[in-house]
Amino acid sequence: MISSALPTTNSLLLPFILLAPLVAMLMIIFLPKDESKTIKIVAAIGTLISLVLSLYAFFAYDRVLGGMQFTLTIPWIPDLGVNLAFGVDGISLPMLLLTNIIGFSSIYASWNMEKRVKEFFALLLILITGVMGTFIARDLFIFFLFYEIVVIPIYIMVIIWGSTKRVSKEYAGMKLTIYLLIGSAFLLVGMIALYLAAAKNGQPTFMFDQLAQRQDLYSPAFQKVAFGLMLFGFGSLISMFPFHSWSPDGYAGAPTAVSMIHAGVLKKIGGYGLIRLGIFVLPLGARYWAPIIAFLAICNVLYAAFIALAQKDLKYVVGYSSVSHMGYVLIALAALNPTAMTGAIAMMFAHGVMSALIFSMIGFIYEKTHTRNIPDLGGLAHQMPRLAIGLMLAGMASLGLPSTINFISEFTIFMGTIHVYPVLAMLGIFGIIFTAVYILRMIANVLFGPRRPEWDHLVDIRGPELVPLVICVFVIFITGIFPNILLGMINSGVYSSGLAKVLETVSQVKMGGLF
Amino acid sequence: MNLSNLSVGLSTYLLVGAMLFSIGLYGVFAKRNIIAILMSIELMLNAVNINFVAFNRFVWNQKSGTNYILTGHVAALFVIVVAAAEVAVGLALVITIYRNRQSTNVDEFNWLKW
Amino acid sequence: MFKEMHDLFRWAWLIPALPFLSFLLIAFVTKRSKGLSSTVSILAILASLGLAIAIAIGIIQSGAEIVEHAAIVNVNWLNIGGLKIDFGTVVDPLSGMMLFVVSLVASMVQIYSLGYMHGDKGWSRYYCYQSLFAASMLGMVLATNLLQLFIFWELVGLCSYLLIGFWYFKVSAREAAKKAFMTTRVGDFGLLLGMLFLYTKFGTLDFATLAAILNTNIQNVAVIGTASYVTVMAFLVFMGPVGKSGQFPLHVWLPDAMEGPTPVSALIHAATMVVAGVYLVARMYFLFVHASPSALQFVADIGAFTAIFAASIAIAQDDIKRILAYSTLSQLGYMMFALGVGSYSGSMFHLMTHAFFKALMFLGAGSVIHALHEKQNIWDMGGLWKKMPITGWTFFIGVMAISGVPPFAGFFSKDEILATALQNGHPVVYAVGLFTAFLTAFYMSRLFFVAFCGPEKPENHPHESPWSMTIPLIILAFFSVVGGWAALPDHNFAFFLHYLPLGQEYEREAINWGLAGISVIAGLLGIGLAYIIYLKKAIAAESIVARFPRVYKVLQNKYYVDEFYLWIINNIMGGVAKVLYWFDIYVIDGIINGIAFITRGSAKTLRRTSTGQLQTYAMVFFFAVVIIFMVFAFGEGQLTSLNPLATLGGVK
Repeated sequence: MISSALPTTNSLLLPFILLAPLVAMLMIIFLPKDESKTIKIVAAIGTLISLVLSLYAFFAYDRVLGGMQFTLTIPWIPDLGVNLAFGVDGISLPMLLLTNIIGFSSIYASWNMEKRVKEFFALLLILITGVMGTFIARDLFIFFLFYEIVVIPIYIMVIIWGSTKRVSKEYAGMKLTIYLLIGSAFLLVGMIALYLAAAKNGQPTFMFDQLAQRQDLYSPAFQKVAFGLMLFGFGSLISMFPFHSWSPDGYAGAPTAVSMIHAGVLKKIGGYGLIRLGIFVLPLGARYWAPIIAFLAICNVLYAAFIALAQKDLKYVVGYSSVSHMGYVLIALAALNPTAMTGAIAMMFAHGVMSALIFSMIGFIYEKTHTRNIPDLGGLAHQMPRLAIGLMLAGMASLGLPSTINFISEFTIFMGTIHVYPVLAMLGIFGIIFTAVYILRMIANVLFGPRRPEWDHLVDIRGPELVPLVICVFVIFITGIFPNILLGMINSGVYSSGLAKVLETVSQVKMGGLF
Repeated sequence: MNLSNLSVGLSTYLLVGAMLFSIGLYGVFAKRNIIAILMSIELMLNAVNINFVAFNRFVWNQKSGTNYILTGHVAALFVIVVAAAEVAVGLALVITIYRNRQSTNVDEFNWLKW
Repeated sequence: MFKEMHDLFRWAWLIPALPFLSFLLIAFVTKRSKGLSSTVSILAILASLGLAIAIAIGIIQSGAEIVEHAAIVNVNWLNIGGLKIDFGTVVDPLSGMMLFVVSLVASMVQIYSLGYMHGDKGWSRYYCYQSLFAASMLGMVLATNLLQLFIFWELVGLCSYLLIGFWYFKVSAREAAKKAFMTTRVGDFGLLLGMLFLYTKFGTLDFATLAAILNTNIQNVAVIGTASYVTVMAFLVFMGPVGKSGQFPLHVWLPDAMEGPTPVSALIHAATMVVAGVYLVARMYFLFVHASPSALQFVADIGAFTAIFAASIAIAQDDIKRILAYSTLSQLGYMMFALGVGSYSGSMFHLMTHAFFKALMFLGAGSVIHALHEKQNIWDMGGLWKKMPITGWTFFIGVMAISGVPPFAGFFSKDEILATALQNGHPVVYAVGLFTAFLTAFYMSRLFFVAFCGPEKPENHPHESPWSMTIPLIILAFFSVVGGWAALPDHNFAFFLHYLPLGQEYEREAINWGLAGISVIAGLLGIGLAYIIYLKKAIAAESIVARFPRVYKVLQNKYYVDEFYLWIINNIMGGVAKVLYWFDIYVIDGIINGIAFITRGSAKTLRRTSTGQLQTYAMVFFFAVVIIFMVFAFGEGQLTSLNPLATLGGVK
């Protein structure tokens, strides 16, 4: 299994990225709990190391060579075929980078946290580590392990640091957790079924690439059932209609950092999993479910956009908007072609950065004004111009303004889907109008308008609070203006990982009329 | 009438064991006094002991010529020892419960209720 | 000659890059220093203007060569499987003309703003937005493909949004900005769709390549329904210009956009951004030509309708900026129907002259508003000519130009459009255009007579504006006079800027003085009527209003289109949103909560089974063991079928 006895520096890169926040977490545990400043700095350093290393990985990755790089494989439970296998390719590397960008910003977004600081940052770092682990895992078992690690801190954080608005924070936390756990239960069944089916030739394995190679072991009927299970599991994670209702309530209840990570990256595990596990391993199943996914995706887009129009709470607007945007990712997955796939991954990245930015801005608004009710706010651009810039740029990215990465990924998605599902895609594109309506309405009512004296005491965001704004805006625009940085990477991932070939095969199956 | 047919066979022992066990079971289910329940449990354990010893005696094939083995007897001895220990613990519990509740009636002991 | 010029054209990217640089500089460095911000911005736009003039001269010197072979530079921007987009610059007479007009008006407006925005708190922000706008607009003009154009198209939309809402503390400005963005978004939806279909069909969005493909295999186009693919795409693409250039159903945002500072209205909502739609149609003219004739007919109808529709509203408006706004709409309709009837060069000619005189008039209006301390109702003005001679004279030139009085610029362009409409067999459009010309002359001179002539109002103390404001007025007035002379002697403008179907030769055409006379008479009639009513007061305006109260009311309320849209947004969209939200909370969440409730309820019932009685537990345990034993003993082979994995086909 291991060709070289000693792991090279490159192969240790990913474990380092993974361990940096974990080490920071351990340090925090041994710090006295009233040293809140030190705790925050340690957390920031831990995530910064991860961020820098993953940036290095992003640019050191050889796009021409392609495939999995920085790999590390250690047999863990050989009898079951479980390997401690890490590695990244053009699909997972953007996700890894995204996790670290958001993780680092989320630390700064919660810089003013005063309640149980030690526990908060320890849990936050576990959360970040867990999310990162799912993206760099090359083994289904490890993937699932990290995914389960993620759920627990979220529950605790929502319950303790959350806020009660339309629904109580306990309800929100419960709903969030139970949804994710039910989804993962279905996922577990599908995973075990897949494992057993793949083990039929006597060599059990959990490795993604080997699972994908054993196509002949999965009958079409099996693929349909197994993909259905995964669709339910990952679908509820990516808030596919009608399994979306955890998302607005959960975000509204969660503290800022959790909303950022949850909307920013955790949700994307659903899309990532559907690609890595669903489409890669079970292409025929994906083909069977694709029209249904596409239909539900358009429900996501339009239905959630309409509901966002009727919201009064800032976080609910963004919560429903994120449900709406995930519809674009889902329809791109359903289109089953390389262009749309590239767009889907780019969209996950784009939406991640955008929603992290918007949630951190809303977090600051809430922290300072203690309200998120839109009619109570207004004219905040007078008192907090920098925050206004952040919220407005995030809103512009959200409605897909060109020169943001969100536009180019939406455009790529539309390009990939329009010839597969012309009518559904047109309905989806129609959604951009509604997106513009609710985003502009929100921006106008919160930021602009006459000066309100009751907010005159507010202080604009400054110092560490600016970090999320600067980082996210920079990423949104630099990748938007030079899209080859990101989309070139994803494109190399889609082609070199063999996904494009799988998709081609599937599209030929369609012509053969297997179903 | 062949006398060997009248001789006491394995089934007789098993029958006694089963009867003893049933009586014990009935006691466990039906008795209200916790001491009586403990005693019924002892009955069941002893029923098992009888089975052990009986099986040990009859399953050993005399014609095989091998040495007589004592596995069943040892098991029975084990049970007796464990039962003694169990009674000690059980009675200790009963005494503490009695001190708390002034009662040995199991119907009143429903703290495990939902 | 062309070779050396080509080297010059390669540097065209600098024209948008300089203002963009100034945008970055102002945003990140000089925003605290007001003087520095405006200096940087104006220097950048002046440099761009210089380059644009150089390129314009280069184009004129290259002559016929550049007309046939545009100078194109492309750099790859996005390259993924199934999507390859370049960024580049195209220099041809069309973009050259636009570059000159845009950078000229933009620099005039920025200089003018030195006076107009004096003392405003958001000074640096203002110049920051202005620079971004200039960069985006110039970038859009230079775009070599539809996606690049669309990107800058949206960016100018963003700048328009930001500048309309510049005084964000005004609720009206905030709402107007929002409205502008949303309305143009509706049009962009169609444009985006058109772009996607074009790429799917032809595999490129490059203008030159698309034109070549359409010119060669026009027979290949598939048919959707009764309309050909190309026609459908032409209609979709046209939706974008309808939104951006304020054509009929989506015109509502433009009058409201006057909430922004007046120089912004002059630059964005009169001279440059709103003509982006016209520019796009001109760039994509090959698409419309190859589509079925209904496409161009549609463009002509929409344009003509908008022209007369907006002109009729302008008659009944009292706000000086709103009158100008409706006049802009009307003139945009003019350009649009000019393209529809095939007067490609006429449309572009009118675009240019209109940019000069409309920017002039807006800046003049700004000068008046500045002098009267934010008074915008024309009935509060009067006799301003004497107090503000430069503003008065330049405004007069603007009115003459828009009314089509020779030798001012508007005469030449308007006349050419009307003549082509008649010659190409569109008599109805010609009649509408002629009547609109009459209406235009009427309401513009109404504005002029009421505001500038007549008795002075004692409560006003107007004074001439500072030099920073009057010099741009004079420069623009100069172009409003001589701009039209490009059509002389035998139409040099059209020689450079024309659309030719493949394989035909361009023929120069002289002005048709007969038709020109008719339109001049129409214009003069309009001015005369306004003179009689508003200056001589021979006919009382009130009595006309009293005779047709309903008509006046409908006109003053802009045909109630805004109210209709508002009703749709509030009742239909809002209603659907509320219903769906209700559905989400009570049905989807209801199901979820229902499941939770059932779980909890059944748990409440089932927990009664745990009595806490040891003996019950023992009994259940015992009988369960007995049953399992029975199953094992007598039901051999039954258990494997209970194995869920077996049904999945996992183990055998």
